[in-house]
Amino acid sequence: MEIPYSIEEREDTGLINSKLGIWIFLASEVMLFGGLFSAYIFLRLAAPPGDFEYWASKLSVPMATVNTMVLISSSVSMVMAWASLKLKDFSKFKMYMGITLLCSALFMVIKYFEYTSKFSHDIFPSSSTFMAIYFTLTGLHGIHILGGVVVMLYFYLPFSHQLWHDQPEHFTNRVEALGLYWHFVDLVWIFLFPVLYLL
Amino acid sequence: MSSDNSKEAIQEHIRVYMMVFGALAVLTVITVLASFLKVSTSEAIFLALIIASIKASLVAGYFMHLISEKSMIISILLLTVFFFFIMIFLPLISYTDNAGVHVPWVSIK
Amino acid sequence: MSSNNNHHDHPEENFIQKYIFSVDHKVIGIQYGITSLLFLLFGFSLMAIMRWQLAYPGTEIPIVGFIFGEGGVLASEQYNSLGAMHGTIMIFLGIVPLAVGAFGNYLVPLQIGAIDMAFPKLNAASYWTYFVGGVIMISSFFMPEGAARSGWTSYPPLSIFENGQTIWLISMIFLITSSLLGSMNIIVTIVQLRAPGLTWMRLPLFTWAQFVTSFLLVLAFPPLEAAAVMQLMDRVASTSFFLPSGLVMSGEIVDVAGSGSPLLWQHLFWFLAHPEVYVLILPALGIVGEILANNTRKPIWGFKSIVYSMVFLGFVSFIVWAHHMFLTGMGQAMSAFFQTTTMIISIPSVVILTSYFLSLWGGSIRFNTPMLFALAFLPMFGIGGLTGLPLGLAASDIYLHDTYYVIGHFHYVVAPGTIFALFAGIYYWFPKMTGKKMSEMLGKLHFWPSLIFMNGIFMPMFIQGLAGVSRRLADGGESYAHASGVLEWNEFMSISAFCLGLAQIPFIVNIIMSLFSGEKASRNPWDSTTIEWAAPSPPVGHGNFDKPVDVYRTSYEYSVPDAKKDFKPQFEK
Repeated sequence: MEIPYSIEEREDTGLINSKLGIWIFLASEVMLFGGLFSAYIFLRLAAPPGDFEYWASKLSVPMATVNTMVLISSSVSMVMAWASLKLKDFSKFKMYMGITLLCSALFMVIKYFEYTSKFSHDIFPSSSTFMAIYFTLTGLHGIHILGGVVVMLYFYLPFSHQLWHDQPEHFTNRVEALGLYWHFVDLVWIFLFPVLYLL
Repeated sequence: MSSDNSKEAIQEHIRVYMMVFGALAVLTVITVLASFLKVSTSEAIFLALIIASIKASLVAGYFMHLISEKSMIISILLLTVFFFFIMIFLPLISYTDNAGVHVPWVSIK
Repeated sequence: MSSNNNHHDHPEENFIQKYIFSVDHKVIGIQYGITSLLFLLFGFSLMAIMRWQLAYPGTEIPIVGFIFGEGGVLASEQYNSLGAMHGTIMIFLGIVPLAVGAFGNYLVPLQIGAIDMAFPKLNAASYWTYFVGGVIMISSFFMPEGAARSGWTSYPPLSIFENGQTIWLISMIFLITSSLLGSMNIIVTIVQLRAPGLTWMRLPLFTWAQFVTSFLLVLAFPPLEAAAVMQLMDRVASTSFFLPSGLVMSGEIVDVAGSGSPLLWQHLFWFLAHPEVYVLILPALGIVGEILANNTRKPIWGFKSIVYSMVFLGFVSFIVWAHHMFLTGMGQAMSAFFQTTTMIISIPSVVILTSYFLSLWGGSIRFNTPMLFALAFLPMFGIGGLTGLPLGLAASDIYLHDTYYVIGHFHYVVAPGTIFALFAGIYYWFPKMTGKKMSEMLGKLHFWPSLIFMNGIFMPMFIQGLAGVSRRLADGGESYAHASGVLEWNEFMSISAFCLGLAQIPFIVNIIMSLFSGEKASRNPWDSTTIEWAAPSPPVGHGNFDKPVDVYRTSYEYSVPDAKKDFKPQFEK
């Protein structure tokens, strides 16, 4: 017995279950990162004047700018992957999903270099409250990127492709849900970047 | 979304995605350039958040299709955003509006 | 949606698939139910040990005294551990999983005429995440550091340096994740899977309550998860999120970066923990509504007002949290703001309670066991709510904060409040779940002593609190002169607690006996109107109903003039 409205939309709400589900999940994620942003504000107020600016100056704006562009590009390639599925072009889907995966990997590599350069200069989360919230915000964001990558791999690699052959609409909807998650991760970075690196 | 399933509709969407991509790239450059402006901290914060909000609106509206999304989703998100602002501002205000017992930071080192 | 045709769709399931890792919402609901009831019993035992200490200080604790060193007497740290863990276990491992995980998962699909939850596999994942979180939480007792002992509120700086807190935080992350997955599932299920004809205003109060509760869980829990991560980092990565500069411990300055804020934890914690208390009460209010309508044979008075009140209550619950922080040095503006919103939030509660009382007027009341518990809930919740008022007013709260008055207040709401409603629900829906009836005699034997002893434990707490006795004191307040007149109540309260424990024996016996030799229950033994009673007792394994469900009317059409019996079910033409 199939759960209804997994593929076709329910008439009065106009939604399929997974779309509503993923948006509710994203709402909870807004509150999660919101809690950390609230912490940032509170900690900045509690810190000595100029303390946050001092520690923030140790971050690399060029690396973060590149990362911002990388993540925005991955968002575009992700939505293009979904659009390719809507156009029933599976090989284009794989190409765009592959690009998204590459961008994500690049993001994490740059992040790796950012973190290790901090550590090699003896800068750790324990060094200051700015560094504490910086590592926690970007670290949690990074974990979300990794989570997204795991799901992307699931759709990119052949495991899931049987579903595309049997129920292409179902497959497309699932990729759309992944896309929504991914755009959200990009959204968080759009705020993280200026708040942590530029202010 | 059933009306949008036609090939032409999707192609139109793709055009929009590319334009948004361009806008996002430009806005990112603006964000970085704006950080060099000599303005006060609160003005800088305001400016940075405005630009970030514009970028976020583009991603949310076009990549996440919120611009044509059903009202149930929009209402849930509006509710969330409301509580988000409560969570950001009320602790902030209660920090600044204190009964004078706030202990100023002490430098020990 | 006949289940007979679908027999061929499902390959034969082995025991593990059918009972352990089942994705069927009924099995998962029962899993949640059994696990949470066991945790409630465990949390109760922790409190019983504490109460022995309070009644008979310095004497050896019977039966389990050997666990604690020094002649079977609790050391202060052990008392504090029991206190912190009692609160944590009762709330996060007991009540919420029972009220939402068990009742919610089992009944919501049935009440809306669905075959299962929207995401069955996610449902199973949420149960097992809860289970793992629970195991981790209990394991802390067996760790070298021992269990957490900084209160369920885990305020820093104490919680950063005290024992047992790291495991508590890790466990909370699992429990919060479980809650998020579960509540997300409930929302999608209610929005998307309602049977044809089941419009929003035809939903029963139980389902409305679960709907609002799930929104609270989805939006309020994540900030606590964020805060828990930060506290974990303070403990293991030496960060100073919550540690101010110049902190001195044992005469020495603590070597951390400093300039953090303990208040930040309080804000983020209470941002969840206040909506959390509405998570504790809303399902109970929903259950009571069902049982009152059914046993007065009348529609609930003010159904629409109750629905709007539940929604309004949920909404306002997000903007009252700092009434837990009146003593933290907030200025007048913020204190006034939170006091005002707190007073406002009492309005929907009063509307709901009044509507329930009014629903009794002119009813043909049947005094069966679920009804007894539901009736008792009303004045008990009333006492709980009224005693909250001086706490919500900043001026009186200055005196009453962190005293036994607070403990009395919230226990009245949760213990003879929520727990009574949950008992009522178990007696009410047991026939549906198992196909057997429970014994009325044992039910009454459970009810009357429970009601009496609940009051015996918690009423004197107001007396102690008004005298100024602080909470969380391992010696119960002995070392304070102002407590001297009121500590004699401790023995009375503790004996009430032990007797309350004994009063649960008929309940446990009833469940086990009825499972094996209870009288067979029909499809609709209570002559109820809501959709879960359309299913067989117990409901069909996969699919719940043996014929498709259509909904024709609102949820409590009792005493309808032209009906065959004295009610018209929602699901019958």
